Amino acid sequence: MTVADYAFYLFSITMLVAATFTVVSKSPVHSVLWLILTFLSASGLFVLLGAEFVAMLLVIVYVGAVMVLFLFVVMMLDVDFAELKAGMAKYLPFGLLIGVVLILQMAFAFGDWTTAEGAEALRRSVTPDLTEVQNTAALGMLMYDDYLMLFQLAGLILLVAMIGAIVLTLRHRSDVKRQNVLFQMYRDPNTAIEIKDVKPGQGL
Amino acid sequence: MVEFFTTTNLGIALLTLGQILLVLVPLFVALAFLMYGDRKIWAAVQMRKGPNIVGVFGLLQSFADFIKYIVKEVVVPAGADKFVFYLAPMITFITACIAWAVIPWNDGWVIADINVAILYVFAVSSLEVYGVIMGGWASNSKYPFLGSLRSAAQMISYEVSIGLIIIGVIISTGSMNFGDIVAAQDGKGIFSWYWLPHFPMVFLFFVSALAETNRPPFDLPEAESELVAGYQVEYSSTPFLLFMMGELMAVVLMCALVSILFFGGWNSPVEFLPDGILWLVIKMLLAFFVFSMVKAIVPRYRYDQLMRIGWKVFLPLSLAWVVLVAFFAQYGALWGTYARWTVGG
Repeated sequence: MTVADYAFYLFSITMLVAATFTVVSKSPVHSVLWLILTFLSASGLFVLLGAEFVAMLLVIVYVGAVMVLFLFVVMMLDVDFAELKAGMAKYLPFGLLIGVVLILQMAFAFGDWTTAEGAEALRRSVTPDLTEVQNTAALGMLMYDDYLMLFQLAGLILLVAMIGAIVLTLRHRSDVKRQNVLFQMYRDPNTAIEIKDVKPGQGL
Repeated sequence: MVEFFTTTNLGIALLTLGQILLVLVPLFVALAFLMYGDRKIWAAVQMRKGPNIVGVFGLLQSFADFIKYIVKEVVVPAGADKFVFYLAPMITFITACIAWAVIPWNDGWVIADINVAILYVFAVSSLEVYGVIMGGWASNSKYPFLGSLRSAAQMISYEVSIGLIIIGVIISTGSMNFGDIVAAQDGKGIFSWYWLPHFPMVFLFFVSALAETNRPPFDLPEAESELVAGYQVEYSSTPFLLFMMGELMAVVLMCALVSILFFGGWNSPVEFLPDGILWLVIKMLLAFFVFSMVKAIVPRYRYDQLMRIGWKVFLPLSLAWVVLVAFFAQYGALWGTYARWTVGG
């Protein structure tokens, strides 16, 4: 076995164990922490696949940003543990069903699956020669040269979703005090402080 | 012998381990003296003497502190989540250590010469926030929790602008490898470094680095006057030491990043002197000196000011700069200063 093989088994076992603990652990904060470990192992697997850009992006976006928000929400919300546990018993059969379906699909894919003639070549035709160009550059070429339109449209859809969320939650309140930052910045001792000459024993 | 270290599994593991020790051991020793230097500079600005008892000029102060930290008792607050409580300082320390794997010290002197080195550093530094959040949460106390929430928001906000500033450098270089970035700045000494074409961003990067590493004037997570010490309140002894070392190491990492991204790494500032590791060390020390001076002379920001600068000033500026650099690079503005592509293009 090479180092890569050991690394593969290490990452996969860690990932499976962490994913299991994500589901079964009692505290929701622990669940999120286990989920983070799952993501980290997944990014390790991506590195082993040679997809280093995706691996780093997984860590930056999911672990570095999305999971922090998750952790925020879970820490701040008052979660009722008993209710969560009751829910788990109810949803367990359904979850197991999804798991079985997924495993069956994978079994079909690896066991009894024949690809159409020329499908491999068709898929490979969009991939640049990886011996000549870096993984990241190849990805950039695909997204910004070959499929620019689709990429921009996907971005636009996300933008619409973002604006929609803001519009739905934005409300203009007139009864709150707002700070005027420019006004604050242009304050200086001449306008903010008044110097009084106080006579001894008299006060203001 | 050479074959053993380059072909067999055990040999490669031993070689890597040796390289790691070669980087980390001098780094830890340097950290002790940097801590001392930090305190001395701070003291000098305030016209105090600073540490001057242990060793000549107090040089061994950090080592005395080290021994003090490790022999003290570890106190775990009642009701704390023990596992996470211990995990948090370890995460801070380990993430601060592993980022050094891709930092090159000289031409080819790097543990892992990977293509996405900048992204790696960025990813690892985005993990550092977990040490803070987990530490604050696991302490099961109000001050640490408030401190950790503050610092998490702060670190995420400034990560965004740091990322955008780095993208400008990546566009100019056409590669995310630190070696390529330094090589792209090779040429006519000090004037071919990126600080000149990317001038406004050097300043922005530095300020963002201050906020990202929770250094004064942005040390709001541990603002002593309002939050006692933020997420570190309940920590004592070795866990506290790990937090402290992790933070300082992140600061030194930011010094290395500033030196490599904008000040030419190991390139010599004048043409007639040879390049070498010494230049990188000098640049890092200068950057650290500025970090210390800022700590000594700038008052702490208010939290809303910090957030405003991050989201309403730095983010639009750095975003606009990315677009600008992309145009400059594409159309070869200023005799191709902005497009030093070595690969692709």
